[in-house]
Amino acid sequence: MKESTIMKIHYGTALAAVGLVAVHILMRLTTGFADSLEYENVLANYRSVPYVVMLELILILLSVHGFNGLRVILLELKQGRVYEKAVSYGCVVAMIGLIGYGSRTIIMTNMGMV
Amino acid sequence: MAQVSSIVDEQVPTPLSTSKSILLRISKFNPESDDSTKFMEFSISYEKWTTVLEAILDVKKHFDHSVAVRYSCRQATCGSCGMLINGKPRLACFTKISELDSDVVTVEPMNNFPVIRDLTVRFEKLFNTHQKIKPYLIRDDTELESDEREFLQSPQEVEQYIQFANCIKCGLCNSACPTMATDSSFVGPQALAQAYRYVADSRDKGKDTRLNIIDESHGIWRCHFAGSCSQVCPKGVDPAMGIQFLRGYLLGFRS
Repeated sequence: MKESTIMKIHYGTALAAVGLVAVHILMRLTTGFADSLEYENVLANYRSVPYVVMLELILILLSVHGFNGLRVILLELKQGRVYEKAVSYGCVVAMIGLIGYGSRTIIMTNMGMV
Repeated sequence: MAQVSSIVDEQVPTPLSTSKSILLRISKFNPESDDSTKFMEFSISYEKWTTVLEAILDVKKHFDHSVAVRYSCRQATCGSCGMLINGKPRLACFTKISELDSDVVTVEPMNNFPVIRDLTVRFEKLFNTHQKIKPYLIRDDTELESDEREFLQSPQEVEQYIQFANCIKCGLCNSACPTMATDSSFVGPQALAQAYRYVADSRDKGKDTRLNIIDESHGIWRCHFAGSCSQVCPKGVDPAMGIQFLRGYLLGFRS
């Protein structure tokens, strides 16, 4: 993939994540802040499909943005053909792993398995 | 008697300057024989117009001829005498001691370049990256037919790139760049500014070729827009601005 395409995704995910996290925080403010963190209330939130979809989107956006940022930092830290390939593939694998693990948590909670 | 004295006073030439002196500290390092950098110190007298290069040449002439320094034109045109002067990348021939406002002047080789000896550094990478971005007009009809006129441009078209054409390849921008300090593969502000110089030239048809060259993992996207390249340029070129314009092309904001 061309670096300009990757950076467009990087900037796009940042902007979208800022918007969705703002919505997420506003939704937390609809109830008292302390109440919103109550165990039962947190679980209840996961029953709402639109809310779960939003959480899943935030997870994907932040993972893509964050791991690309990490890739860029590591590429600037050290150079070398093998190292750079390891960093790039390592970040993609770690990103998929984190999204997979987070999605599993979201889906299990939504289905009442927690 | 008093009249004679006044005549004598009038005949004494008005002093052109009051000579002062500074401590000139010169970095000495030979990578083939030395483990670390040493500084040699010389007390040098200077006038209001004395440049740092003249002070270094004074040291070479009278104190230590082994000081390695590269210079040529002495008028900020050849780009040979770039060095760190009191920690900032500058041209030695273009920096007056009086304007440094310091009693101690320390000269070191530029950062982000391999040192050959003392104040001289290797420019191979600078020239290689400059060459990489194809610093010439690309078009199919480069050879003019005998009955054609030259490629005319309006003043507005010239204005788009003319400041970037002032680059003298002195390497000060690359020396000041924080990304170049950590990323040895980064193409650098000098080459990126030159890429913009040709991309913005209305006579050039090689925009896509050049954008492809700089659109790689150690290309234009590694610039963090610190802006130090633009601050140190002795010719008034603004590489940071050129880089932002190039990003505009790659992001689709410019065409």
